[in-house]
Amino acid sequence: MDKLKSLEELESLRTSLLAAENPNRPVVRVCLGPGCLALGADKVSRAFKTAIKAKKLQAQVKPLIKETGCHGFCSQGTLISLAPADLFYVRVKPEDVKEIVETSLVKGQVLERLLYSDNGARYKSAAEIPFYRAQQKIILKNVGVIDPLNVEDALMAGAYRSLAKALTEMAPDEVIRTVEVSGLRGRGGGGFPTGFKWRRALDSARENPGPVYIIANGEEGDPGAFMDRAIMEGDPHAVIEGMCLGAYAMGANLGFLYVRHEYPIAIQHLTVALNQARSLGLLGQNILGTGFNFDLQINRGAGAYVCGEETAIIASLEGRVGEPVTRPPYPAQQGLWGRPTIINNVETWANVPHIINMGAPWYAGLGLPHSTGTKIFSLVGKVKNTGLVEVPMGISLGALIEEIGGGVPGQGRFKAVQTGGPSGGIIPYELKDIAPEALKPARVGLQPPDFIPTEKKELSVDFDSMAQTGSIMGGGGMIVMDDRDCVVDLARYFLGFLQEESCGKCLPCRLGLKGMLEFLTKFSQGQGAPEDIDALESLGRALVDGSLCGLGRSAPNAVLTSIRYFRDEYLAHIMDHKCPAGVCRDLITYRIAPEICNGCALCARTCPQLCITGKKKKPHAIESSACIRCGACMDVCPVNAVIVA
Amino acid sequence: MSSSTNPKDGLINFSIDGRMVQARAGWTILETARHYRIHIPTLCFHPAVKPWGACRLCVVETQYGKRGSVIPSCLNPPIEELEVFTDSERVRNVRRWVLEMLLAECPASREIKKLAAEYGVASTRFAITDPEEECLRCGLCVAVCNEVVGVQALTFGSRGVKKQLETPYRVPNNACVGCGCCVSVCPTGALQARLDTVRGDLARRTGRGFAH
Repeated sequence: MDKLKSLEELESLRTSLLAAENPNRPVVRVCLGPGCLALGADKVSRAFKTAIKAKKLQAQVKPLIKETGCHGFCSQGTLISLAPADLFYVRVKPEDVKEIVETSLVKGQVLERLLYSDNGARYKSAAEIPFYRAQQKIILKNVGVIDPLNVEDALMAGAYRSLAKALTEMAPDEVIRTVEVSGLRGRGGGGFPTGFKWRRALDSARENPGPVYIIANGEEGDPGAFMDRAIMEGDPHAVIEGMCLGAYAMGANLGFLYVRHEYPIAIQHLTVALNQARSLGLLGQNILGTGFNFDLQINRGAGAYVCGEETAIIASLEGRVGEPVTRPPYPAQQGLWGRPTIINNVETWANVPHIINMGAPWYAGLGLPHSTGTKIFSLVGKVKNTGLVEVPMGISLGALIEEIGGGVPGQGRFKAVQTGGPSGGIIPYELKDIAPEALKPARVGLQPPDFIPTEKKELSVDFDSMAQTGSIMGGGGMIVMDDRDCVVDLARYFLGFLQEESCGKCLPCRLGLKGMLEFLTKFSQGQGAPEDIDALESLGRALVDGSLCGLGRSAPNAVLTSIRYFRDEYLAHIMDHKCPAGVCRDLITYRIAPEICNGCALCARTCPQLCITGKKKKPHAIESSACIRCGACMDVCPVNAVIVA
Repeated sequence: MSSSTNPKDGLINFSIDGRMVQARAGWTILETARHYRIHIPTLCFHPAVKPWGACRLCVVETQYGKRGSVIPSCLNPPIEELEVFTDSERVRNVRRWVLEMLLAECPASREIKKLAAEYGVASTRFAITDPEEECLRCGLCVAVCNEVVGVQALTFGSRGVKKQLETPYRVPNNACVGCGCCVSVCPTGALQARLDTVRGDLARRTGRGFAH
């Protein structure tokens, strides 16, 4: 493809591509997101190609197979959608493909058995499904729709329209002004106003002329979070365009995409997209003939969670050890190689083209006045519909988990939600009916759990409300827990993760996380005294106050909030030596209820310790001295006769 | 927080523990406190090297208008009208916990025991891994070797709880000139016992680097 030399050439390319598109040509979109890929989506896609070849369909009706990014509904994978028939098939296996081609593509009929069904209702199109109905897709609009490796597809969906608009119609200052007015806040977790940060970098660059750098933070290390991954894999051009806009606004000529090494597909898609953008003249020298020069390069993170911290990213890019340094000076004042540097999360960058294209007032109208726009969450844990959701800021926690998430699977009851990844807090589900104002604002863990709802209002999901509960919104991880999850165990898991990932530079974080973990391990073994809970809380506060970077300062959140809201559960471990959720292995015993057991012997065959005995068709029993409490018997029991207490 | 100087004399007026003090431009809160002989404990601070902010014992509570926070005094310059509290409850909480954890981390260090006793910490609740350990990984030796001596005979290896003082690539090296700066800045004297592991077997030193 030739380089585009002007805005007109870009638009005429777009128009010609759109004109060449046949709206009646069937398109099969196979989700190749992380969840579906693990379930064998690549085999489904290959099966489609062979099946269509075998059918020898004419050029006019020959369907187009698009391998797209994540469709979002991960619990139902592999997902495929058919256009223009607007059909949405779930749990597709490679064996189903032949039948789909026969019925849906050739005959144009609906294959009922692959439709999504819930509570007796069958849904033909994705838009009707409750999981999708309550969502508002802006950033993810093209993810799952376009082929991320095909720049023409992206152009037809409107990519680089905002860049062309900004380069020709807007002054750099106007771009910053638009982002400021839009109220966009950093999506990485801190929620710092993006426009304010940009302005500060520009001011520093004016005071001290020289190069400015911009960085996209794609070091998404939170367990259970894949928001940035979906964007980078599914719509890489959106990130590139957002960064181009930022570079234009701040006069940067070089940018870096810092992507974690564990995301090979994201790196591959971004590499392809960068090359496409360069060959089209959308990156490099004299972009679209406007004289603006900007190029991007990809740097891979070597697997350190702490390198998601902005000063650690800079250290890593400079070739130093990935350890944070103290702020101030902020990177916007003195960052990469001592120059003003803007680091934004991938999702933040992907917001920018939409703001420029649709205007700041439109964006500011989405969500809440202080938390504008939409936010992507990865909804995981004990919910029926796990997956990637994009909702306007300020959606109520109840709506997010019950309407979109579809409630708890099985007979469990919602207990708590863990938001914001390992650095976030654990908040009880009952809090969903409490207005954030009713929670005393202030530092985490300092208040006794005596909040009284002043008025009945729902807890909304936005930066400020989440902070008032003592948790954080963070990057957008949302782990739902039911009554079979133990908060002590979860807090212990997250602390263990953070302890592994601490860089070890400052003492409160390096020693403190180890020390907190010692306390929690003791609790989970039923040891300790009630005073130890207060000691743990006080140690947590010392970490919040004393640590150098965000990792240490937010690491105690899970412990502090769980003590604040679930002190009873801690006391049950320490005083009664019981784990109410039946998770902490040292405090539980498994037994088989003889009146329920039908003697099928499935448990006896599964038990790795061979400690379940019993005659055929007679109640079995567990020899508890040999039991390692793995729970395998409970999982296989067809009549739920295995009881944990 | 950027430093703002008083345009009249280039000095910054602020208060430490209720006492009005003046800082020269470029001074940190810690340097100002030391100038006025106000005690702030430190382990990883040394005037010869750039502040690193690892030990966090020098934290102070600050109040600026309505905004209050706990910050390390060795890294932060004061601003006009800042109120600094060097011994508030939040500050003591951080110090007490750091010292209690240090008692478990470097149980052999007399300096840390003495400092802990000043804060009423006599014993530790945490597990002691090595009763002979004195090194708290504050990084002063690494910094002085790099910044002052101008060689890099010492470095940190591994990450987080496994962090260790090592020589680059874990091999004894010839970069060490045996100046002893690292030993002299070490707050606990831990390096005294380690010098030979850094320099390697002296009998094998031939004047050529045998590290690579």
